[in-house]
Amino acid sequence: MEIRSKEFKSRAVFAIHDASLQQAMGKARDGFVGKRAQQAAELPEFEALREEAKNLKNHILENLDHYLERYEDAVKRAGGHVHWARDAQEARAIILDICKRVNAKTITKGKSMVSEEIDLNEALIEHGMEVVETDLGEYIIQLANEPPSHIIAPAVHKTKNQVSDLFEAAHGGPRKTEVADLVNEARQVLREKYFRADVGITGGNFLIAETGSSMIVTNEGNGDLTQTLAKVHIVTSGIERVVPTLDDATLFLRLLARSATGQETETYTTISTGPRRATDLDGPEEYHVVLVDNGRSKMLAGHFRDMLRCIRCGACMNHCPVYGSVGGHAYGWVYPGPMGSVLTPLIKGLDNAYDLPNACTLNGRCASVCPVKIPLPDLLRELRHLQHQQELSPVMQRRALKAWRFVATRPKLYHAGEWIAVRVLKLLGRKGSIRRLPFAQAWTDVRDLPTPEGQTFLQRWQAQRGK
Amino acid sequence: MTTPQSASRPASPPRVGLFVTCLVDAMRPSVGFAALKLLRDAGCRVEVPDAQTCCGQPAFNSGDTADAAVLARRFIESFEPYDYVVGPSGSCVGMTRAHYEEVLSNDPAWSERARRLGERTYELMSFLVDVMHYTPTDVKLDSSFTYHDSCSGLRELGVHDQPRALLDKVTGLTLKPLEGNDVCCGFGGTFCVKYPSISNAVVTEKAEAIERSGAQLLLGGDLGCLMNMSGKLKRQGSKVRSLHAAEVLAGMGNGPAIGEED
Ligand code: SF4
Repeated sequence: MEIRSKEFKSRAVFAIHDASLQQAMGKARDGFVGKRAQQAAELPEFEALREEAKNLKNHILENLDHYLERYEDAVKRAGGHVHWARDAQEARAIILDICKRVNAKTITKGKSMVSEEIDLNEALIEHGMEVVETDLGEYIIQLANEPPSHIIAPAVHKTKNQVSDLFEAAHGGPRKTEVADLVNEARQVLREKYFRADVGITGGNFLIAETGSSMIVTNEGNGDLTQTLAKVHIVTSGIERVVPTLDDATLFLRLLARSATGQETETYTTISTGPRRATDLDGPEEYHVVLVDNGRSKMLAGHFRDMLRCIRCGACMNHCPVYGSVGGHAYGWVYPGPMGSVLTPLIKGLDNAYDLPNACTLNGRCASVCPVKIPLPDLLRELRHLQHQQELSPVMQRRALKAWRFVATRPKLYHAGEWIAVRVLKLLGRKGSIRRLPFAQAWTDVRDLPTPEGQTFLQRWQAQRGK
Repeated sequence: MTTPQSASRPASPPRVGLFVTCLVDAMRPSVGFAALKLLRDAGCRVEVPDAQTCCGQPAFNSGDTADAAVLARRFIESFEPYDYVVGPSGSCVGMTRAHYEEVLSNDPAWSERARRLGERTYELMSFLVDVMHYTPTDVKLDSSFTYHDSCSGLRELGVHDQPRALLDKVTGLTLKPLEGNDVCCGFGGTFCVKYPSISNAVVTEKAEAIERSGAQLLLGGDLGCLMNMSGKLKRQGSKVRSLHAAEVLAGMGNGPAIGEED
């Protein structure tokens, strides 16, 4: 999808005034936050697991080349193929090649953020293939022709009513209004697609170096049907998703569901290793893994390595007041919220997403719930630092900061300027508050500004001491 | 980073440098005087360095680390002579205590000085409780309050229980819990003027939660956040009055609240 992060400000304002979006978001947020808190409280070792997961991820990232090679060997041993894609374009080309070679007409897809990242659907559709998203949320937004607004709940911005409308239009009615009926209707439509599918594409929550397996977790079981019923199974995954052993994967599994949806575990955890063997009852004839770099090795080498620990749980956005107010679409690309505000500028360019690292109060709630302890506010601040260095920030802001520094290193000047400001504000105040201040409308348009008390603290302090 | 709790209070009265902070100095000196009184009551010798200005947080959070470093060095020079540095703001103290080392990381000698001073720098409530083991006596206020935990204090400094423990000792004052007490109020320093509509959306929800608490008073430990929330409450015609927790603890709870006439 074309990046639209430059429109963040206007999209945010639009979202804030979208009543049905606000209704959908409010419900989801309260659910996710409360359930996660409960799970964290019920597992005494939860905090210790976070620390352990962080350390293990750091170890993996330090030895990423080693584990990726081991993983590749193991996939080959199991009869599968590994493809390396430097960027989105290469990844698309590799997948298109496979699909064309097997003459694919229908392609089913499990949920995969990497496939969003590389604009896969558009490319496949352009080449005449039918692409069917099988995750219910993804299916809904595919019908609506919208990008996901959340990395684990892609249709979180939709109300039930909107889903009823979409289904009625796509499936030809009668209109269903109960959640269970809507789910059933989607199931029936999808069932037929699974059996027709030539290629099934899934993501990979974890890639197991020891066995060459890919592991996915879902709540609907759609991923299982996608990857076992199609003739060809393609896994798309970022290079950072490899873990050494199956045992190691369980550490992350314990954190993932609790952090993401507040469940002890997701309903389905599915491991697939290579294509169907002679003795297997089912499974794909071909098994491919497309390992996507797309900016990740650059992150690995620089200041942003911590970001590669991300296991895509979505907790950071569930706990973000900005995301909670504007929803995922305002961010303008596939990854929203705190993690997206770090990833988007790094993958798509600092200047293409100026607002994302800045539209954050640095309140730190995201980092306090991140299962792999990514210091998101520090990374966002570091991005601001790069933007400042590269003079991408507004020139007035840079001048103001210089001027502020100049004044603040000269106490007499600083306190004289402060006193002028205080007196001006004092003059403008009525009954202790200022309701409109021409040069600070961003503040006073929506809230009062208190009038200063009068003399500054230091003035009063010096006067007292002088006595 | 959380502030460590010392086993016993310092034997002799410590020399404390009061870090007034920009907003308190300009907008609400009474918070500074409340801090001064509390620190003296707790047995400290309090001094106020005249040359203090800004800690550099706006520059640091805007990515201007070079200018932040200049202000950080000034701050360290002004406050190094004291046994402790104490400020009535989790945000400003968080900047000096949790970030100066990083701001000055290009210069090992300075970052070491930052680290050492950081260890002696405290947010007011946590200093009173964790270091001075102070308990207020003879403070009365017939009212109910709800408490907003400002983000930097809560997550960078571990300030949560201390203000509640202190306020618990005020006769006649009862706590009404705030839903989402750990959720940002939408202030965020320059954030609130750079992204006014988002800030407004966040503070609107906060104001609703404050009203739902049923409390008469909104208390907190950071003037920036309090100005944001009280400004919203006042604009909406709310009856809830907002004060810095230090003012209540210093017996100034019946004085004019934030945004009220004196
Ligand atoms: S940054 Fe942390 S909290 Fe956010 S999605 Fe990644 S792992 Fe989850």
